[in-house]
Parts: sequence; C-alpha cells; structure tokens
Amino acid sequence: MQQTIDLDSRMILVCCGTGCLANGSMEIYNALQQKLAATNVQVKTYTKPTGCNGWCEKGPLVKIMPDDITYVQVTEADVTEIIEKTLRTGEIISRLLYRDPKTKKRVRSHHEIDFYKKQHKIALRNIGEIDPASIEDYVSRDGYRAIAKVLREMTPSQVIAEVVKSGLRGRGGGGFPTGLKWRACASAASFPRYVICNGDEGDPGAFMDRSIMEGDPHTVIEGMIICAYAIGASAGYIYVRDEYSLAVKNLGIAINNARSWGYLGQNIQGSTLSFDIEIVRGGGAFVCGEETALIASIEGNVGETRDKYVFPTEKGLWGQPTIINNVETWANIPVIINEGAQEFASMGTEGSKGTKVFSLVGKVINTGLVEVPMGTTLREIIYDIGGGIPGGRDFKAVQTGGPSGGCIPENMLDLEVDFNSLTRAGSMMGSGGLIVMDDRTCMVEIARYYVNFLAGESCGKCAPCREGIRALLEILNGICKGTGREEDLILLQEIGETMQTASLCALGRTAPNPVLSTMRYFKDEYIAHIKDARCPAGVCRDLTEFYISEELCTGCGLCIKNCPVDAVSGEKKAVHVINQEKCIRCGECINHCKFNAVKVR
Amino acid sequence: MSANAKQVEAKELAKILNKYPGEKRYILAMMQDLQGKYNYLPRNGLEMIASQVDVPLSRVYSMATFYKAFSLVPKGRINFKVCDGTACHIKGSNVLIDQIYQHLGIKPGETTPDGEFSVETVNCLGACALAPVLIANERVHPKVTSAGIIEIIKGYGGQINATDN
Repeated sequence: MQQTIDLDSRMILVCCGTGCLANGSMEIYNALQQKLAATNVQVKTYTKPTGCNGWCEKGPLVKIMPDDITYVQVTEADVTEIIEKTLRTGEIISRLLYRDPKTKKRVRSHHEIDFYKKQHKIALRNIGEIDPASIEDYVSRDGYRAIAKVLREMTPSQVIAEVVKSGLRGRGGGGFPTGLKWRACASAASFPRYVICNGDEGDPGAFMDRSIMEGDPHTVIEGMIICAYAIGASAGYIYVRDEYSLAVKNLGIAINNARSWGYLGQNIQGSTLSFDIEIVRGGGAFVCGEETALIASIEGNVGETRDKYVFPTEKGLWGQPTIINNVETWANIPVIINEGAQEFASMGTEGSKGTKVFSLVGKVINTGLVEVPMGTTLREIIYDIGGGIPGGRDFKAVQTGGPSGGCIPENMLDLEVDFNSLTRAGSMMGSGGLIVMDDRTCMVEIARYYVNFLAGESCGKCAPCREGIRALLEILNGICKGTGREEDLILLQEIGETMQTASLCALGRTAPNPVLSTMRYFKDEYIAHIKDARCPAGVCRDLTEFYISEELCTGCGLCIKNCPVDAVSGEKKAVHVINQEKCIRCGECINHCKFNAVKVR
Repeated sequence: MSANAKQVEAKELAKILNKYPGEKRYILAMMQDLQGKYNYLPRNGLEMIASQVDVPLSRVYSMATFYKAFSLVPKGRINFKVCDGTACHIKGSNVLIDQIYQHLGIKPGETTPDGEFSVETVNCLGACALAPVLIANERVHPKVTSAGIIEIIKGYGGQINATDN
C-alpha cells in the first residue's frame, strides 16, 4: 500500500519529535486532520506525523510535499490559513517561512537553509520523511532491501567482510570497529548467540539515539537482523531508557509490524534465519550504557560493570557470545549493505569513515540534531550549521563526549572532528553531544557539574571510581564556593590520573576528563576562583557580583522587568543600579541586557 | 490506611505483576510498571515481586535503590521534574532548583509536608532546544526563566514566599 504523490495530491509532514511535541505539534497535526476532513479542498491530502527533523529550535515544523515548502514555528492558529491558502490555491505564506538572518530573505525549502545544506544524512536519512509507525513508509525508502540482499546473495562471512571494509566504528562512544567485533563473535565457539541494541542513551545533552528510535525504528531492527544473520544469532534485545516513552512505543509497533511482514520470527523471508527481538526498558542508570553493565541489567541484576578479561563477543549475555552495538551504529548497517562498503568509506577521514550525528545544543543559535561527514571542522558545525553564538556573545568552549569527554577551546575550532582528533585534544567523541559554551559558562562549575552527575551514576563497584569521583567533587565544590586552595589543582590532577589508570570500566577511566581538560585549557579560571575569589563568568554564586556599567546602561528597564526579586532599580533612561543585598545572582539581567551593560565584578 | 484498602491494593498489585513470568530478568519491568501506576514502589509490591521471582527482598531492594527511575516514597500531587542535562544546566536549571527551594522549601528528592509538591532533577530529557525545561506531571514547560518559575508554582496553587517580593 505505497502512497504515491501525484501533482493533484499533497503530503503534509508534521514534525512530532520531542522538541516539536512540547511546542504543540500534536495539536497542529490533529487540527490539520480535522479541518481537512471538514473542508472540501480539491487536492488529495495525506497528513503524517514524522520523527524529529533535528531543527528543534524552529519547531514545530510543517513540510508540504511535493512543493517542498517548510513552515517553521507553526501554531495551531495557522492551520486554517495553511489549508485555505497553500493547499487550496498554492499560495505560500511568507510569514511562516524561515527568515535567513544573513540575507534577511524568506526561504521556501529547508534544503536551502544553511542548517541543512552542509549536512549529509545516512543514519538520519528517513527521519522527518516517514511516519515511524508505518512499515510501508520505511519499505518505500529502500527499507528491508538490505536484508533481502543479504539473504539472497551474501554469505555470513561476506556480510562481515563488507562491514569491516566500510570502516564503520561504534557510534556509542568507544569507536571500536564494528566489523571486527562481529568477526570475533562469529568465530566464538558456542551457541546460542545474542544481538543487543544499546539504546540506553544517557549522556546529558545527547539525543540522537532517541530521535532514531522514535523516528525510524525499522532501520535499527533491520541492522540487527543483518547482524543476526552474520553471526548466527537467534534472539535480540533492544535496551532503551524507559523515560523515552515515544521510542518504546514506536519500537514496539515496528517490531510487531516486522513480525507480520515476515522480517522477524521463524524462517525470515523464507530463509533458514530465525530471529526475534524483545524490548527491555532500562531503569535510568547512566552506567548501563557500558556494555557489561547493560548485560547485567538485562539479566535482572543491578547494573554493575565487570572487567573485560573476556569480551562479550565471547561471553556476554547469559555467558553466551553477544554483539552490542549502539542505535546509530545499527542505523548505518542497511546503508552499508545497500550502497556498498566502498561508497560508505569514501566519506570521512583516514581513521573514521562515514558520518556522525551530533546533537548541537547549548549557547548556539540553531540547536538540534546535525549529521555531517567525519572530518568536518568544529567551526563549520558551530558557525555554518549552528549559526554561531546567540546574543552576539563570545564563544568560549565546546564540550564533546558527555561526562566522559572534555572541553575544547576557541583556538581549536578548526579541528577536524573524528574519533582520533578528539581523543588527542583530551576529549572524546562519545555519543556525539556538542555543547556550545559562551563567556557566561564557568568552566570550573561545568567540570563540577559533570563530576556531580557521575557521582550519582558510578555503580560503586571499584574504589578508584567511587572514591575518586567523590574526592574530585568535594574539591570542586570547595573551589566553586571560594574555599579552594592552590594545592587543590595538583591534587585534582593526581586523583584524575589515578582514576584513568585504575578504574574498572570506561565510566571511571574517563570520569576525570571534564576536570583534566578544563584544567588544561582554562587554568586561568581555576586560578581566578582560588586566588582572586571571583568567578569570571558570573556563575558561582558565592564568588559573583553583578554591576551595571554607567557608560553602557541606557536605562531601558529590561533588567528591572526580568529580575525575579526586584533587585534592580532606576528611573527610565537613567542608569540602573543592582541592590547587592537582594540580588540572588541568577543572571537574568545579564542575559536580557541588549547593550552588554551588566558586568561581572 | 484501613485493612480494606490494603486488600484492594494487593489485588491490584497482583494484577500488574502477574503479567510477567516469575523470572529474575523481569524484576526491572515489574518495578517499572509499579512505578508507572503508583509513582513510587510500595513496600508490599516489592515483597510480592521477591516472592514471585523467588529471590530475597534485599535483592529487589538493591535494584530499587540502584536505578534512578524508582522512588521508595510517594511523590507529591504535582511533581516537578527539573531537567539537569548539560544544555539545561548551562542555561540555568540550578536557578530553577533554588527558586523552588526558596518558595516551596523542598530540595530535589523531597516532597512538601502537605503532599502537594515534590521536586526531582532528571537526566537529559532530550529536549535541549527548549532549555531549561521543567516538567510538571506530564506537562512540559519550555525555556523557563527565574520569573517564569514563580508563575508556574502559582499556577499549580503553590504559595510564593512573600519575603522575596
């Protein structure tokens, strides 16, 4: 039942990713359906809820095909106008088009927008284009063609050879070559074997896996089936965070549909392959993103890691050979089979092939999901795609790799991003979070934030991680409060290096990265906290005092309006003053001032 | 709680838990369903899981306290979830937590004595473009400012601490 589009019909795609849903896209979708049913528009229309388009900043997004019109920041109130003008008469509503901030012109199609122009979508290829609940939609875009090809034309070892040749490396953080992992598992001695999808995305600031599971669940399933064929597995598990309710729902629908179409179950597509998938809902523990902890969790234990004397490829789930790959890795597999390893490997850098999805968030104009070839520079991602820093403020650093990663300073913006370059810079790829920070972000506090996060997430099994993180946190808390001492910096370094060597799993070994990388690139901020008792970014409350510059203040009153505790006073057009007694140092005044008149003492 | 009410609850619990075979690997799923239904894990629910799966209660307890998704105490009528993912954090989620403490007197993990409000911080909700995000029960409040949080608290019937205004 493939839906075709002829010139007399229109496809209306309403983005229903998490960001757009929060801004009311479901109401828009429902209103469109109701009103279209009630009016007699001459053209045939199909309305579809899609997964996340990535451009969350401008949501809710509504796309009209085949005209290729993208409306941004649509509200329910716009629905009637869209039907009456665009669908009935073909008139484009200029007001709803994106306005390019550089050229000041309205842009009709999202393909012409800088945010999308530099992207190259492989893992995200279907998201925003299909209804995730429809297997027909997936099939109409080459879905399940790869598994058909594999079953018909390829031997298991050919499949593995193809994945090895593609140079695909695990997208979950470790960056281990996927094909080699598969080969190791295929040569293990015992059966049964298992395939696991790691959807326990826990990095704060990263949401690409969520987006894929919500917006294109079949690509994950197809990737897993291909692996099952290659390694001879009979059962698969998708471990997904329970908080990701939409992902759990869409995966469930997709698994059922795949079963009824004969892609899961006994004798898949008439072949000898029998394989099925079960969803396991995670309990919200960051450490379960680590593969041995994840396995423990599926088995019904607390999510504690173990040392990998023996890899899961040999002894994994229930002691049997197991492949665990991350959601984004799975999404690449069908494309590698369809297009060929050569094509895939033609993109990217020497050591990292293909593309990577980043979640570009923080102090950047176009927040959202972006997929670019490996080797794209940070500057291209942040400035060309992301549109730069809002409010004309200065870029300070970009944090990559989540709590296991580090902060990269401005002088390294031309770094070509891949697994190796980020590691050399003292950070890591991680799952692909890119958090942009401006001069209002305190680098000591951000290190403290990550360590605090990890203090709650360490499983507590090994001492270097459990005690090390607590010691780091105590010291950083002190520095942020103004009780830091100069020796603390040496101590932080020593504890960090010990943890890197002695911790049991990657969580502990990488936990000091945020501290060590900020000390490496932003030592002056640590010194300012300790020696001068001031926080240059104006974040650490105890070390901050805001004041209003007499030269720059125009007396516009914006800070007075936005201050939650009425600490700012002053007549209109006269210099305003902050009452230090009342001020709670929340920074609303500085964030709202259009003249950069609020300063940090 | 009357003996009668407890009886009903036990029946209700059994209805939820009997969906799963008595295998260890379903403990997590059972607890999730209980948490989803009651917003916390009732003690007799944990006991029932332990006997159904045939493991000591201490083992179920260790899982209930290890995984962040579970709470052993009931949540307030209005449960604020303040997202403390990185994007929300650098856009001021700690200011929201402070403001909630200021006005309602509760810190993350706590509930007001009258059972009206509770607050918790949650890991990244994946709505980073809306930072800072606050969820009140199921409702998502995007881009909450420190003035906005006061309006939100008032909107749910909370008292604003007058000394600050």
